[in-house]
Parts: sequence; structure tokens; C-alpha cells
Amino acid sequence: MTYDHYLEEPGSLEVEYFSTFGTQRRGNDFDAFWMEFEYGATAWWTSELYIAGQTTFDDSTIFTGTRWENRFRLLQREHIVNPVVYIEFENTNAADKIVKEVEGHDVESDYAPPNGILRKEHDHELEMKLLLSSTFKGWNVALNPIVTKNLLPSEPWEFAYAVGASRPLALKASPDRCNLCRENFIAGVEMYGGLGDTQSAGLHDTSHYLAPAMAWNLPSDWTFRLSSGFGLNDNSHRLLLRWGVSREFAGFGELLGQLFGARP
Amino acid sequence: MKLFFAVFRPMGCLGIVAIGAIVLAFGVFAISQALGQSENDSRHHGKKAKYAAMTEAPEKAREKRNPFEGDAQAVAAGGKLFEQHCAECHGEKAGGTRHGVSLLRDEVQNATPGTLFWILTNGVVRQGMPVWSKLPEPERWQLVTFLQSLRAKLANSPPLAAEPVGGIPVFAYLAVTHSIE
Repeated sequence: MTYDHYLEEPGSLEVEYFSTFGTQRRGNDFDAFWMEFEYGATAWWTSELYIAGQTTFDDSTIFTGTRWENRFRLLQREHIVNPVVYIEFENTNAADKIVKEVEGHDVESDYAPPNGILRKEHDHELEMKLLLSSTFKGWNVALNPIVTKNLLPSEPWEFAYAVGASRPLALKASPDRCNLCRENFIAGVEMYGGLGDTQSAGLHDTSHYLAPAMAWNLPSDWTFRLSSGFGLNDNSHRLLLRWGVSREFAGFGELLGQLFGARP
Repeated sequence: MKLFFAVFRPMGCLGIVAIGAIVLAFGVFAISQALGQSENDSRHHGKKAKYAAMTEAPEKAREKRNPFEGDAQAVAAGGKLFEQHCAECHGEKAGGTRHGVSLLRDEVQNATPGTLFWILTNGVVRQGMPVWSKLPEPERWQLVTFLQSLRAKLANSPPLAAEPVGGIPVFAYLAVTHSIE
């Protein structure tokens, strides 16, 4: 859930399926999922489209909305701290449970009502993040301050954070092409949560998670991700178990361009 | 307005989302193509301009020593990394494509290891080359070692030097020359 400053390579398309299983007190557990299409428009701009849905056990499976996300690299070169601007437009309903980020006063009980009630509430939100990320001796440390605004004028600005650190299990590549080499695995830990809103900023009535995470990059451009988020207070889900699988298609832009008559 | 509802209402929410997603995807693609074209134009503004970024490496960075210099294992590992991360733009023979410059030219082959490392770390974002600092430092040095090994291989192979590693992917070429050695 924490972003570093690295963008998709220009012309590459990454397609990802990501699933979040969440426990729910005073309600039914759920499995929320999204399809993500991430395209490297240029070396400084990555654009992503999310299509999300969820299954609430003993209730129903519903479509919950879309997100359009853009990340812009601000500086041409690497620095100690590298800033990237993140702007996302969300068109979702209140039944959306992917918990991609926890904002403002989001708490577990918000997700308890049945889908039939939640889906009636539509949200159009603008979400902005400043992705600050630093890489040193194989470690990447990232901090994402988050601001969200529901586009209804009466709704307040909401605040949130995500912070994480990760490192490959080996820093040197082995000479052989291998799936299980240590350098293909990245381990990390992240923490994310809400910080209130403009009407009542602070930590009261907010939820927070601590999540160890692991990614496995295969040489065949497949990536598997696994993360288990543990709620840190009574307002949080006890467990958010996430897993995802993605495939990168290098040269997708070139291929599509040729389809529309661009020179090879 | 009536026409709008007549057309879109039967499609339902998912249909509208699908159409919206397609329109959005084409919009992003069209803009990225236009931006990519202007980056290409600046990249191909002349041979010197193509490699201008090489001269921007600070003195301190240029002087950095390659800890894997002459290490055959590092060449092999660097070759693997090249195939995974670089061949798409620079060509599987490192001879360049529309999206990436040739790495067999003197500007690259005569550059210091530190300069190559600096370029890998910082990219040339304005010309479309992403930063590669996400690869750990030792992996970037392995890539530098591989790139520098191309010079030696080309120099030792006169028939192929005129048309660098002609027709043979770098890895096949290296495997052949390794086995000869």
C-alpha cells in the first residue's frame, strides 16, 4: 500500500489481480479484489486504471467502482529523497472494501452493513499523495502523506499516511537464470492508517495497520505479492490478508502503436 | 440527453465503465505517444545529443571503480540482468532500437565504469530512459561489467566487429566466445 518512487517502464503494461481478505467484527468477512492496468506513459509518468469488486460472505458479490491513478516524477535525477506526485480520481460506492489506503476516520465498523445498503452511497473522491522515497544499500524507505477530498463540498479533507521499508533478500544477481534465487524475493514491512480530517484531525477514531509483505519477481515477468496486515487498535480489522499476481508486458505501447500505423 | 440515456441505460453500470475505461486508455496512450515522439525527436537530434547525458556525470561519479572489474561471474549475471531490464529498449544485441541508443558505440564503450554506473542510477528521464536505482548497487555494477565486456569481445573478434555481434544475440555470441576461450 506504500508506494516508492519507481514508475513503470515507458511503453510497458502491467496487469495485476489483487485480492484482500478481511475479517469483520459485527458483520461478515469479505474478499475484495481489483484488476489493475498500469501503463508507463513516459519515464516520468505512469497511469493506472483499477476496476474493483468484492464478495461479502453470506451476502453478495458486487462491483464497487473504478479508480484512475497517475504518478508524476518531479525530478530528473536520483536524490537522497525522491518525490513523486500521485493523483487519483475515485468513482466508487461505500461497499468498496479493497482498503487500498485507510483515510481520515475510516474504521472497521464502516464496512459492517450489508452490501445492499452500502452500495447505495456513491463516492467521487480526489486523492493526492506525495510519494517520498529513498534507496540506500539495497533498502528502500518510503513515506506517503495522503490527502483525500470527497468532491461533495460539505465533506472535509481527510488525512492519512503510509510508511514502509523493503529490501531484496540478496543484492547481487546470480549468473544463472533462476526462479528461486534470493535476489528475486523482496521482503518488507509497512504501516498505514488514518489521521483524521479538517473537522477533527488527530488519531482518535482512526484505524492503523502493520503489515509484513513479500514479493517474488520471476524472470518471466510474473510477480507474486503477499502481505498480512494486522490491525493495531480496536477500530481496525483484525486481519487484512492480501495477495496479488501480476504480469508485465514490455513493449506493449510499441505494439499498440504499430497497430495504429506507427513506424516499427 | 434523451439519446444519451437511450443508448447508455441498457448497457448498465459495467458497460459504461468499460466504455469509459477504453476511452481513458486511448487518451493516455495517445498522449504518451505524442510525448514519446517529442522525446524521440530530441534523442535523435544528432549523435552527440543522443549521448550528451554521458558527459553530465560529475567528476566524482566518473572516477568510481567497478568492484567486479574482470569478474566472469559478474559478466554472466550482468548479461542476465541486461536481458531482463535493458534488451527491450537497447536491443538484445545492445545495438540500439528506436527507443534506446546503441551501447556498442565508442561513447559508451570508452566511458568509465563510474559514468555507466551513474547513467544507470539516474537514467536519462527526459529522453525516456528510466532510473534504475531500484536495482541494488551490486546489480548495477554487474550490468556495467557486462557492458564493458562487450568491448573486449568485439575487439577480440575482427569478423564480427564491423557488424557488431552480427545476427547473434549477445548471449549466444558471448557463449560462443566463452567456449572458444
